[in-house]
Amino acid sequence: MSVFHTNLLSTLRNLGKRVTDRLWRLGFASRFLLATLLYSGMTLKRFHLTIREIYFTGVLSLIIILVSGLFVGMVLGLQGYDTLQRYGSSEALGILVALSLVRELGPVVSALLFASRAGSAITAEIGLMKATEQLSAMEMMAVNPIARVVAPRFWAGVISMPILAALFSAMGIFGGYLVGVQLIGVDEGSFWSQMQASVDFREDILNGVIKSFVFGILVSWIAVFEGYDCEPTAEGVSGATTRTVVTSSLAILSADFVLTALMFRGV
Amino acid sequence: MSDSPPLVKLTDVNFAYDQRPILMGINMEIHRGQVVAIMGISGGGKTTTLRLIGGQLKPSSGEVRVNGVSVPDLDTEGLYDMRRRMGMLFQFGALFTDMTVFDNVAFQMREHTDLSETTIHDLVMLKLNAVGLANVHACKPSELSGGMARRVALARAIALDPMLIMYDEPFAGLDPISLSTVGTLIRQLNDALGASSIIVTHDVSESLKIVDYIYFVSEGRIIAEGTADDIRASDAPFVHQFVRGDIDGPMAFHYPSPPWRDDLYSGAVGHA
Repeated sequence: MSVFHTNLLSTLRNLGKRVTDRLWRLGFASRFLLATLLYSGMTLKRFHLTIREIYFTGVLSLIIILVSGLFVGMVLGLQGYDTLQRYGSSEALGILVALSLVRELGPVVSALLFASRAGSAITAEIGLMKATEQLSAMEMMAVNPIARVVAPRFWAGVISMPILAALFSAMGIFGGYLVGVQLIGVDEGSFWSQMQASVDFREDILNGVIKSFVFGILVSWIAVFEGYDCEPTAEGVSGATTRTVVTSSLAILSADFVLTALMFRGV
Repeated sequence: MSDSPPLVKLTDVNFAYDQRPILMGINMEIHRGQVVAIMGISGGGKTTTLRLIGGQLKPSSGEVRVNGVSVPDLDTEGLYDMRRRMGMLFQFGALFTDMTVFDNVAFQMREHTDLSETTIHDLVMLKLNAVGLANVHACKPSELSGGMARRVALARAIALDPMLIMYDEPFAGLDPISLSTVGTLIRQLNDALGASSIIVTHDVSESLKIVDYIYFVSEGRIIAEGTADDIRASDAPFVHQFVRGDIDGPMAFHYPSPPWRDDLYSGAVGHA
């Protein structure tokens, strides 16, 4: 066999191995999610465990979410006004700001921020608990770490995400109002009334909430899995934390496309 | 040695990771009330033995029985049931870093019992008092010294008055005073609780002082066993080397490798 053939074969073999490895890991992650759901009974029964995690993942993410929401809304106000006034419809600024935030930017940007702020922290915490044998210790004390450590963090993420996205959007609309109405001088009445008339509860708001709920599941799942599955070393934890942010971001953006396509009403 | 059946019994236990054998033909008995040490060099299969007894690993062949029950045959529920009557001290304590010392010791009581918070408070303070650390109950584990953390972990291991306490390297990294404190505590707690203890360690001088029986494990096999006096008097070359800490002996300083001269002349720059 020529060198070319040997190289080609080994490249193909490596490619195949990488694909099967990824698939195997995806399968493992799915089984892990299933186990997390199965052992969630205790999370509901002892809800204070989840509330504690909601504080760490949700409440502590508030500042970054609110400040980013405000700035994104302010930028939308400026950019939106710039474009709209060319067509003489600057009073539609309210609709533009609200729809962009509620349908897209709110769920997506807040999920991306949530993944880097809270997702990475969850992975690092669970990974370090594994590295310092705290998870083994729990198992030896006849306490299932998936039920006690993983499930509360997972549900805290799932519950926090839609609330954070809603706050992000609300803050963004306020930012758009500040720039559009207070700074540039768009008519306040048309800003709010056009927004009220054009934003549909089911088509716009509810779909946005569904999106952020799905993103919440994705980010929390990836974060707890990467932490639980990481190599119990310093290097392993840092690698897992990075993977959480990268994988979550990709998952959020691709899921956003799929969900938007499904929710698209057509022409 | 008592006449009652042993609390822990390992019969012809073999264990392998993938294809690499770790334990070969291990036979062990731990009787009620005894403190037993498993000694040997690092990587010799000592911790694996503990994990087999605790049911975290299953043997490739052979029998592991605790209190007459075959551990590998237990389902998750049975295993958790058994572990409720076991305490384990991990090498570096493995205290839950997000909880206070008090909550660490109270952890199992809250998870497994319906005791009121008042009762739990009294029990936790009793346990902490037993290890001499009642005054640190409000501290986080990060605020404790290594020796104190080990003692708190000890209090946590005995939280539910276990029938069997397992210690994974309880003396590693401790100063001489903490070391003898922990050693004495292990013996006292064992006798006070009427439990049995297994200590995995490579600390010869401390463990010979407190244990009833010793198993020497090397390269996956038991190469010597007996009481402290038997071990001190042993003329088995490995035991002799281990107890005296000689650099050369049956356990060579150099790991088996090709002659270093070949490596020098091969011109290799690095190893993959």
